[in-house]
Amino acid sequence: MKLNGQGIVITGASKGLGKALAFELGRRGARLFLVARNEEVLDRVVRSLREDGIEAHGWAADVADKDAVYPLAGAAQTALGHVDVVIHNASALGPSPLRPLLDTDCEDLERALAVNLIGPFRLSKVFAGSMAMRQHGWIVHVTSDASVSAYPTWGAYSVSKAGFDHLARVWAAELDGFGVRMLSVDPGDMNTDLHREAAPADDPTTLLDPEEVAERLVDFLETAEAVPNGARVSLSEWRAPRWKSGDALATSIGGTRS
Amino acid sequence: MKNADYPRSRSEDERLLWVDPRTGTYRDGALAQLPDRLRRFDLLVVNDAATLPASLPFHLENDSRGLELRLAGQGQDEVTWWAVLFGPGDWHIPTEHRPAPPKVAAGDRVWVGSISALILEVSSLSPRLVRIRFEAGAEQLYREIYQLGQPVQYSYVRRNLALWDVQTHYGGRPWALEMPSAGRPLTWDLLARVREKGVSIAALTHAAGLSATGDPALDAALPLPERYELPERTVAAIASARKNHGRIIAVGTSVVRALEGNAAANEGRLRAGSGIVDLVLGPGHALNVVDGLLTGMHEPGTSHFALMEAFVSGAKLEPALEYADTHGYLQHEFGDSMLLLPERSVARTVKAPLSRPPRYRSPLHEKCGAIPAARA
Repeated sequence: MKLNGQGIVITGASKGLGKALAFELGRRGARLFLVARNEEVLDRVVRSLREDGIEAHGWAADVADKDAVYPLAGAAQTALGHVDVVIHNASALGPSPLRPLLDTDCEDLERALAVNLIGPFRLSKVFAGSMAMRQHGWIVHVTSDASVSAYPTWGAYSVSKAGFDHLARVWAAELDGFGVRMLSVDPGDMNTDLHREAAPADDPTTLLDPEEVAERLVDFLETAEAVPNGARVSLSEWRAPRWKSGDALATSIGGTRS
Repeated sequence: MKNADYPRSRSEDERLLWVDPRTGTYRDGALAQLPDRLRRFDLLVVNDAATLPASLPFHLENDSRGLELRLAGQGQDEVTWWAVLFGPGDWHIPTEHRPAPPKVAAGDRVWVGSISALILEVSSLSPRLVRIRFEAGAEQLYREIYQLGQPVQYSYVRRNLALWDVQTHYGGRPWALEMPSAGRPLTWDLLARVREKGVSIAALTHAAGLSATGDPALDAALPLPERYELPERTVAAIASARKNHGRIIAVGTSVVRALEGNAAANEGRLRAGSGIVDLVLGPGHALNVVDGLLTGMHEPGTSHFALMEAFVSGAKLEPALEYADTHGYLQHEFGDSMLLLPERSVARTVKAPLSRPPRYRSPLHEKCGAIPAARA
């Protein structure tokens, strides 16, 4: 995927990986529309990107809010014109602190599903139709190893991310013939607010730095043409040279190739 | 004809009246049968503009009685707009019965939420039609539009329409001020079945404007000049369909207007790019590009009916519409569809300049001086 000049929407962009992705994509020439709940923090990120000469626009919204979807998409497409890439990066942990499913309130599960699964579905639905009509578009799901491993106490987050991965696969199966590509990327355990909330006792020096992860993730996106549509990619296992060889990947990451 | 008074849940079950423009014969069916009416190498051209919430509350310095401003078309930049002002009231009152707005003059200010707008001019067409410049940046303006705006509402609809009620399944940039409604029932399932028939689908973006203003003089001048963008890909798709004797089928009157307007401005040939179209189509207009039209049910006397008469004479269309009326077809934005489609491609491929350009220049166009004309 070429990034220079592309119109990219990033959710959860005011801090952590989302913010780091904004700077990294901006440095490589992408034009950005950033979404986060906290307007004040987001404005600071947008200003600082602009100081670096990066085209950036901010939009305060909660991706779980149904009424926010069309305004967000409309504003993104007045600011950027056609949107080429959507990165679903916003994420909710569920109950905090984490607790076993038997102790999880249904409302906490609902919140995790709303932010991590239903919100991204709604947002993809408004962007993917126009992408399919233009035969061009990328939608990236930022996922987690919790979507494949069953870690105790991570239930709400886990099931929402498992659904999220599979959502990308089904989108890909349906839209592959329309030029729309879907990928799930697991960035690994990073030193972010979400990780601190989940595991406050973890030593931050053992965690990945979101800026380094963003750089790797963007390197990956630049070569992602070769990855089968709908694939789930674990960034820690990704090695740039090997991955450029295309079809060999299909079996190792279990995507659909049509 | 009865009005469709709310969006229906399964658009494939909506009805489709197929009319052969040559003979006037018609056939009754369901929209799900659309693919059966098409064949390999045909091309559907859709308008991929999403719909902006173009109905905004506004007030004057000394008057704040629930006044309404409808964006009617973008001017020379993102914060300069043509707008139609309405007096107090809401969608429960038919547009033609809405009280007149307070009198305004160039130099006055109106407010939309916290944003002021300077009235640059009042149109000679109607005192309701004004050109305004919002005194804010584009980002702030769109924030206000999405916060305070609603989609333009219709008095025959039984409930308030939400923003998602007035979108097509493929809308992108929110350029349309009312929904390009002919494309509303085209689901992706239907589009995929159309493609399986070997039919291609291409898009242009056309800033479809207001359908009613409450002022008969202004209504008679509709549609106002509208901006559009015709991508290179779509021009190529039309050329390719032509070469294979496929038919070019416009989804909606806005697509006909953009394509024919573009061709008329370029000596009968399509040129990719963006521009303003002021062409108003009517009976006897020779079509250069478009062979067929998928559209809603339109009754005689409307500008949409006049446009259909470029495809089929009113005399041949009326029996079909009468059938539709007596057999339960529904009209308006959420109504049933009609397909005007000839057996063979009929549009001319004009190589030489048109001898008599069939153009209508609305007085408004002259005032859009700052807007670039259709780019060659």
